[in-house]
Amino acid sequence: MLTYVIRRILYAIPIVIGVNVLTALLFFYVNTPDDMARKILGEKNVTPEAVANWKAEHGYNLPSFINAKESGAKVLTETVFFQKSIPLLWLDFGRSDRNNIDIGTEIKSRIWPSLAVSVPMFMAGLIVEVFFAMMLAYYRGTYLDVWGMVMSVVMMSVSTLFYIIGGQFLLGKALRIFPISGYDTGVYSLKFLILPVIIGVIGGAGAGVRFYRTVFLEEMGKDYIRTARAKGLPEGKVLFKHALKNAMIPVLTNVVVSIPFLFYGSLIMETFFSIPGLGNFTIDAIQSQDFAIVRSMVYLGSILYIVGLILTDISYTLVDPRVRLK
Amino acid sequence: MPVILSTDLIVYFVVSAALYFGLSARNDGRAREVWFEIRKNKLALASMCVLCLYGAAAMADSIRFRDALVDEKGAPVVSSDGAVLYSPQPLSLLDRALPGMRGNSEKTYSAPFSDRLFVKETMETPDGRVVRDYPLLKHPHDHALGTDRIGADILFTALKGVRTAIVIGTGATVVIIPFAIFFGVIAGYFGGFADDAVQYVYTTLASIPGVLLIVSFMLLFGSRGYQGGVVAAKDAVLAVFVPNDRLFWLCLILGITSWTDLCRLIRGETLKLREMDYVQASLAFGSSRMRVIYTHIVPNLMHLVLITFVLQFSGLVLAESVLSYIGIGVGPQTASWGNMINASRLELSREPVVWWNLLGAFVFMFALVLPANVFGDAVRDALDPRLRNR
Amino acid sequence: MSSPTLEVKNLRTYFRTPAGAALAVDRVSFSIEKGATFALVGESGCGKTAAALSIMQLLPPAGYLAGGEIMLNGRNLTELSEAEKRDVRGKNVSMIFQEPMTSLNPVFTIGEQIVEAIRLHRKKDYNAAKEASIRMLSDVGLPGGASLFHEYPHRLSGGQRQRVMIAMALACKPDLLIADEPTTALDVTIQDEIIKLINKMKASTGASVLLITHNMALVYRNADTAAVMYAGKIVESAPAKGLFRRPMHPYTIKLLRSIPAQEKRGVPLDTIKGVVPPATSYPEGCRFSGRCPREMTGCAAVEPRLSEYDAGHVAACHLWDKEFMATGQSRPLETITDALAPITSPEGSDIDEGKTLEEGKTLLEVRGLKTYYPVSAGLFKRAAGYVKAVDGIALIVKKGATTALVGESGCGKTTAGKTIIRLRAPDAGEIIFKGTDVANFTGAQLKPMRSSMQMIFQDPYSALNPRLTIKATIEEGLKVLRPDMDASARVKKISATLKRVGITPEMMERYPHEFSGGQRQRIGIARALSVDPEFIICDEAISSQDVSIQAQILNLLKSIQRDSGISYLFITHDLGVVEYIADYVSVMFAGKIVEDGPVEEIFANPKHEYTRKLLSAVPRIDKELPPLWTLP
Repeated sequence: MLTYVIRRILYAIPIVIGVNVLTALLFFYVNTPDDMARKILGEKNVTPEAVANWKAEHGYNLPSFINAKESGAKVLTETVFFQKSIPLLWLDFGRSDRNNIDIGTEIKSRIWPSLAVSVPMFMAGLIVEVFFAMMLAYYRGTYLDVWGMVMSVVMMSVSTLFYIIGGQFLLGKALRIFPISGYDTGVYSLKFLILPVIIGVIGGAGAGVRFYRTVFLEEMGKDYIRTARAKGLPEGKVLFKHALKNAMIPVLTNVVVSIPFLFYGSLIMETFFSIPGLGNFTIDAIQSQDFAIVRSMVYLGSILYIVGLILTDISYTLVDPRVRLK
Repeated sequence: MPVILSTDLIVYFVVSAALYFGLSARNDGRAREVWFEIRKNKLALASMCVLCLYGAAAMADSIRFRDALVDEKGAPVVSSDGAVLYSPQPLSLLDRALPGMRGNSEKTYSAPFSDRLFVKETMETPDGRVVRDYPLLKHPHDHALGTDRIGADILFTALKGVRTAIVIGTGATVVIIPFAIFFGVIAGYFGGFADDAVQYVYTTLASIPGVLLIVSFMLLFGSRGYQGGVVAAKDAVLAVFVPNDRLFWLCLILGITSWTDLCRLIRGETLKLREMDYVQASLAFGSSRMRVIYTHIVPNLMHLVLITFVLQFSGLVLAESVLSYIGIGVGPQTASWGNMINASRLELSREPVVWWNLLGAFVFMFALVLPANVFGDAVRDALDPRLRNR
Repeated sequence: MSSPTLEVKNLRTYFRTPAGAALAVDRVSFSIEKGATFALVGESGCGKTAAALSIMQLLPPAGYLAGGEIMLNGRNLTELSEAEKRDVRGKNVSMIFQEPMTSLNPVFTIGEQIVEAIRLHRKKDYNAAKEASIRMLSDVGLPGGASLFHEYPHRLSGGQRQRVMIAMALACKPDLLIADEPTTALDVTIQDEIIKLINKMKASTGASVLLITHNMALVYRNADTAAVMYAGKIVESAPAKGLFRRPMHPYTIKLLRSIPAQEKRGVPLDTIKGVVPPATSYPEGCRFSGRCPREMTGCAAVEPRLSEYDAGHVAACHLWDKEFMATGQSRPLETITDALAPITSPEGSDIDEGKTLEEGKTLLEVRGLKTYYPVSAGLFKRAAGYVKAVDGIALIVKKGATTALVGESGCGKTTAGKTIIRLRAPDAGEIIFKGTDVANFTGAQLKPMRSSMQMIFQDPYSALNPRLTIKATIEEGLKVLRPDMDASARVKKISATLKRVGITPEMMERYPHEFSGGQRQRIGIARALSVDPEFIICDEAISSQDVSIQAQILNLLKSIQRDSGISYLFITHDLGVVEYIADYVSVMFAGKIVEDGPVEEIFANPKHEYTRKLLSAVPRIDKELPPLWTLP
């Protein structure tokens, strides 16, 4: 089992490097530092000198990947790629292009608001989805199930934007139950969090319930479920003991993969509710065309995803003896 | 003079592919069976009709040409060297079919079916008094969904948004299908190094969160080329074809972020098909690998492609609205429901509230996405019930 | 005589299908005495499993009971509440299933699963239940004690899992054990062990057994009473030995006569024409009408009653009904033709007329053939070793003769076949085909031999590409191997080949899904035949089929051999087939050939221990049974 975990981690290394190279290609080759400088300094009336100045100030005044002017190891080290992208491997994000702020510090302070919204939203969502999915699976084939499915399909056919706008309008503006948006520190943040959490749960419920229901129904059709019934087990026990433990495998895949993303927050939610988290940070960077931040966030997102994959594989061993004892 | 955008090609392709499938269903046994399966589901059939309506609107909005300019007397305007001059604004069949809606713009907001503007103005009454009141509309009771900030008819804007949605919903998958099949089959059939390489590429691509990939691509490519609206001479090739369409880039990028699923699916299926007895039988005849792939593997993968195509559709339509909302979707000149929602955010905080722009986008989007979901499920169940989990 | 343990009266079960309500079980009645074994036997789709699930009240959501009584020790199970039914399940009736690999829950230890059953029905605390289940496990021949108790199912073999299933089913000492094809998914030697175990446990617990199977020999060996089901109905029921000594229903006779066995060598097997009618639209009269060799005018209109015509022997056939036979309806429509008509080469085909069989000449010789699969392990998944799938085998196939390669699943016989036909490269050894060693040939070199060596596959459903018409499927080989042929010549050849395997050439534009399993198998044969091979490998070519279809395919293969002198390599685990069709046999075990020789010799006098075990494990019907049965 230890070899299994180590192997999973080793597999991730080339992927991390691949992501690093890919982001570097995108941000230093497809979109050259000259383009960046021009965008930041304003498209019109930019002198070549201003571009060169800006590049020197921000450390982009080196060749992208290979520095032919240098010799030895410096051919590779004296490049934008080596100085800007390689440090990402040990999570050194550098400074932003526009305001010259330290991206790493910014990320650290912004993780908490993101978590404050995403964790309750995720947990509440998971509980609601699994609960309703099991209920529909238990009453499969009845009108409850049919209407539940209709509801799910209808709910997942509505864009998240409508849930947010509608929710803000109804609960925040018309009924004035919650503040529409904003954030505060400590306990005071609670009143700001309830609305995004509610909206997030409702917005995700349609697709979630549908997915988990098919997972449970799939398990309900298996041979060992028939064996359990042949023993005389009551239907509830068949569902909650035999089917649930097997269904945990696909459920976990879905859950564990999302865990690292909780740090990341939700891009749209955070902008709509003005929560100073990482999602908001990213959107701001996009709108101000701060490529250093976008690049860092792309990379951070990928790392979190890869961590999620490793966690999923490890979590399999907790529920599936076939993996654990291999 | 016709104008063809690169995204028009997508629409043409999708429409002709749908027609081809429809016609082949009449004599191909398997396709006919699937059709019978779908036909039993009345809801799916109704959904299909709605989707066809949307498709027809998109098609009508994708055949466009520019009119020759005429002067006041109706004579064509010619340039100094005698060539006929054309308007830079191409009009589609849809534009031409609804001249009333396209032209009847007001000054600014007006509520649905209202006869007055939504904003008070200072006016002079016939008896010389100056009052502040809601002025009468130029086209009272004409706007079923009201007008927006610049006074354009929202029903018309929403209709124009149909093409954008259809292009995104279908184009992103269409653009990527050949690559997904190619790499998936290579990886699954040949295994070994090719398999490792393809798997590495798609795992790496899949590791980058979709939204971020889209964001970075759009930032890098998106501000170039045709942004919707007037076609500039520099965007067009031979004055007819516009290759560099921002909408097309969006399709391509959405496709790149979503191709990994299809590729993985195709790889897995190819692995299975490779061991099928009919493939072995073909090899026992000494058939070449190309022949095996062409006659035995790829045709048996098409159902996966079709399923992915219909199932991704609604997700892509929804994604477009979110991206346009963030400001990295289609250009502001292109009519899209995402842009409408974006505008409505400010309108909702007005007092009194301007709600019809949001309503227009909501109704049109919901009426497309819901049938797409229902129809997609029906197609999947008819083609491959095993995939119900996806 | 005490009252029976189980008495089923007029059981009717329907399944909702897209084509309408399918009548899976139609007015089935039978009873099982205490401690007896009752067998329900029939071909796939005849409703025997549906009957078992109806008794368990475990029908899938699409199925429902439409009537009848299920009396278990005097209690009518159909009238019980859901909670009472649950109480009966597992405690009074238990069931074991066909697939031991999937029937146990993979995420619970086998101990937990048995304890669960015990604690559910007997109020025992955990430790007492644990003790009881460990005892139960050792009773079923799994003396692992506590360590086995904590084992997960995936660590056990199929046979061991089936033992666990039996332990679980019998843990609460039920009155009735329903065994639904309990051995079908297992290897022959394991099958024998499991059936012996069921008999032993039956004796020790005094339970009655309802055995559901398609294997006639298993019924003959193990059942006290047997009932033959056809199209949802019991058509004949009798004490098991009596059923085989004197079958009364034409269907039973046909079925028994289609089973391949040694004594039928050289004689075509009996076959049943047509197919089973769909369960959504059964004929009004006798269900077997239209297929029956002794059908009479009234058969299709009047349903025969199930009446007792001999002591304890009931049958539903008009032939035995004196009243019916006295009416004017009873005119025979046709007479039995016992022998298969000799096959003449159809017109237009280019089979060499009068090709002389060069008996005794070696067509193919395999020496020291090895095929290994790399196994990866460790941190970096390096190739850590090899599975020696085929480990140095030798084989000889003579011209115009059949060699059988026999072995259990996983012994490497399929890999051997694929290597011989060069679908994969051998790691060592010689494959001498017509005097040339083709073992190391590659690509273009192999091409000339491709048309002389062909293969027929096991699963008729995966053997044909669903996206190609029959014509395109067969045409492929001609296109590749006979570039000299033009399109019209190919069509001619395809129709000739289809005719040869008994498919109307007009059907060549159809797709595989429009054909039945048996027809698909014929099309697979036609595909191989189309390029005029001299040698065909039949990889379990008939094992997934019902006996009546098996018989048709065997007859066809046999007649093809007779007409064109083709040699076969029969890869199979079915010893009955080997006895019937093969001239030589090679017994394979764990990648090696342990014994080979002429079939009579091996079967009469097996030398290797494994061969002996294999042969003794196969249930057989007595050879002394009358070879031809008579109907009035």
